[in-house]
Amino acid sequence: MEKTYTVSVFTENSIGMMNRVTIIFTRRHLNIDSITASESEVKGVFRYTIVLRTTREQVDKVIGQLEKLIDVFKAFVHEDSEVVHQEIALYKIKTAGLTNGDVEKVIREHHARILTVDPQFMVIEKTGHVAETQLLFEKLKPYRVLEFARSGRVAVTKPMKEFSTYLKELEESNC
Amino acid sequence: MNLIKLTGAQAVVESLLAEQVDTIFGYPGGAIMPIYDALYDYKSTVNHILVRHEQGAIHAAQGYARTSGKTGVVFATSGPGATNLITGLADAMIDSTPLVCITGQVASHLLGTDAFQETDVVGISMPITKWNCQVTKAEDIPAAIAKAFYIARSGRPGPVLIDITKDAQFSETDFHYKKCTNIRSYYPRPKLNKSVAEEAAKLINEAKKPYLLIGQGIMLSNAEEELLEFAEKSGIPVASTLLGLGAFPNNHPQYVGFLGMHGDYAPNIKTNECDVLIAIGMRFDDRVTGDVSRYAKQARVVHVDIDAAELNKIIKADVAVHSDAKEALRILTDLVVPKQHTSWLQEFKDAKKIEVETLLESTRKLHSEELKMDEVVKMLSELTNGEAVVVTDVGQHQMMTARYYQYNKTKSNITSGGLGTMGFALPAAIGAKYGAPDKTVVAIIGDGGFQMTLQELGTIMQSDINLKVIILNNRFLGMVRQWQQMFFEKRYSFTNMVSPDFVALSQAYSIEASKVEAREDLKNKLLKMLNHNGSYLLEVMVAKEENVFPMMTTGASVSEVRLN
Repeated sequence: MEKTYTVSVFTENSIGMMNRVTIIFTRRHLNIDSITASESEVKGVFRYTIVLRTTREQVDKVIGQLEKLIDVFKAFVHEDSEVVHQEIALYKIKTAGLTNGDVEKVIREHHARILTVDPQFMVIEKTGHVAETQLLFEKLKPYRVLEFARSGRVAVTKPMKEFSTYLKELEESNC
Repeated sequence: MNLIKLTGAQAVVESLLAEQVDTIFGYPGGAIMPIYDALYDYKSTVNHILVRHEQGAIHAAQGYARTSGKTGVVFATSGPGATNLITGLADAMIDSTPLVCITGQVASHLLGTDAFQETDVVGISMPITKWNCQVTKAEDIPAAIAKAFYIARSGRPGPVLIDITKDAQFSETDFHYKKCTNIRSYYPRPKLNKSVAEEAAKLINEAKKPYLLIGQGIMLSNAEEELLEFAEKSGIPVASTLLGLGAFPNNHPQYVGFLGMHGDYAPNIKTNECDVLIAIGMRFDDRVTGDVSRYAKQARVVHVDIDAAELNKIIKADVAVHSDAKEALRILTDLVVPKQHTSWLQEFKDAKKIEVETLLESTRKLHSEELKMDEVVKMLSELTNGEAVVVTDVGQHQMMTARYYQYNKTKSNITSGGLGTMGFALPAAIGAKYGAPDKTVVAIIGDGGFQMTLQELGTIMQSDINLKVIILNNRFLGMVRQWQQMFFEKRYSFTNMVSPDFVALSQAYSIEASKVEAREDLKNKLLKMLNHNGSYLLEVMVAKEENVFPMMTTGASVSEVRLN
């Protein structure tokens, strides 16, 4: 059965790493819904967060092949219930729309905030799950959304084991 | 510390020397010229073999690595030189062959500009190398090469590619070489979990019909002796995958045969009759398992592999042992109780009898005057006591050789297993000979595959090595033809092949050659070839439409092997 999975990959920060990670998915004909990368809590170790829909069997094998990459420390897979995740969305609309009292209401109701106001346009920011940022998009549509961008998912896991603990275990497993 | 100033190109050669490299297969070109220029000063310490095509270089390095157990080294230039390595990289990747390939690249300021002979070889080779990298500074060369050798040979071996820009080869650096022994994100030496080994031993000790499947992992971890000890103490029948052939002496009483699509009858059907299946250093390739949903369902499975990604990938293991084969076998040998499985072994022998009789019956029905591939292989096996290094290409002759050559020595079976690369054998045999100079090396190749890389006859001529080449000529792309006969209503779509006069061709390269057309000439001509002082090519005309049996057809289970 297909489900949404969040894959977290901890890697070295080397040239081409993104490519190395993504071709593992390509090879199995898996489509990535979103991907983000940034330095993790451990200096120099990067964290990729990849969201995709597939079967447990496929994603487990992907994890095995990701961990086979020389520059990958460890890869994890989690279901939605096992992670706290968030996305950020930016909406650019005409400043003229601000004078309409309804926009203020929409922003308040959705706990969004205004990042910047220019004489011509303003930028609204909203963080949340896809459904939430999408809903705000629908609500702002009547005021003409000039641009809309949503980030990939960032996620932290609920289990309390820290990555640095895994790192230590991995070092010890190398005899 | 004493530092010497070297150019990047000299640093490449010095780094290779520090890794005890004495043989390189390669082909020069624009972007790798500085390295070749540096190599000129090392002519007396490093043997460089000039091939006729870069694909030949990488297959030769594969053959070299497989017979010598060392890491094969390849030089090629940028662009087409580099792309010509791709097939070999993919082949080495799937067959776990340790290689370090060094490609020249355009100068770093030209990267990404579509410069002459520029190609993104790092990008292209990413999915088919164990690791690759691009070096743009001379000072980074020694560390990159050290890392390359460490990665290529450790854990599950594989090919590594280093792409070095021309400016990095030209510029100077302080040279200091330090071997790489650790990479913080790479864990090639898994610590065997004692309790897992005990669990495996318990299953083995309780088994009534245990069955041991071995793969190339035995040879890659140099575990041949440990395997022999384990097998003899436990009394378990041993079968081998294609790449595992030779890891266990084929004349050993416990050896029951070759697994897979064209493997032996008994080893295949017994897979679905054993109660404990012990797989060591093999990866349950689809050519071995047939239909996985009907594979060894009755058995408890113990799977030993150094590559964690192979465990539970195809066959769910009841006990997955993440370990080097050598260490696992050592520990398991201590833990198992001595046993003999005489009646279980007898079952294999009985099944073998059925196979031999059925195949004999089918042969009788064919035109008896035509030479058959298996006759040639059996005769060669007899004349060489199963002790030659035999290099095969891909197709019917490959399966016939795997079936009928009695591999009694380790690292004596060199073939393209996972990728099935036609054109592999001739260059691989050249490398195999360099890797095992004291052994008789015989390449057995079909008429189709031979013509994919026959330019390497030039390499044989120039290198003056003693290599034996047998072409089994059935005037067809035999394996495809067999499938067309069996599954495509005999519609022989583009499988008949007209070939040149191979004897004359060989002679044009100053390689002695002759042709066998009649059965009565076979033995003498084989002897003449084997005893000839120097390389020799023997073309053997074999039956046009011989089929390889047994056969497990697509979608069939191991218990549904067809004998005719």
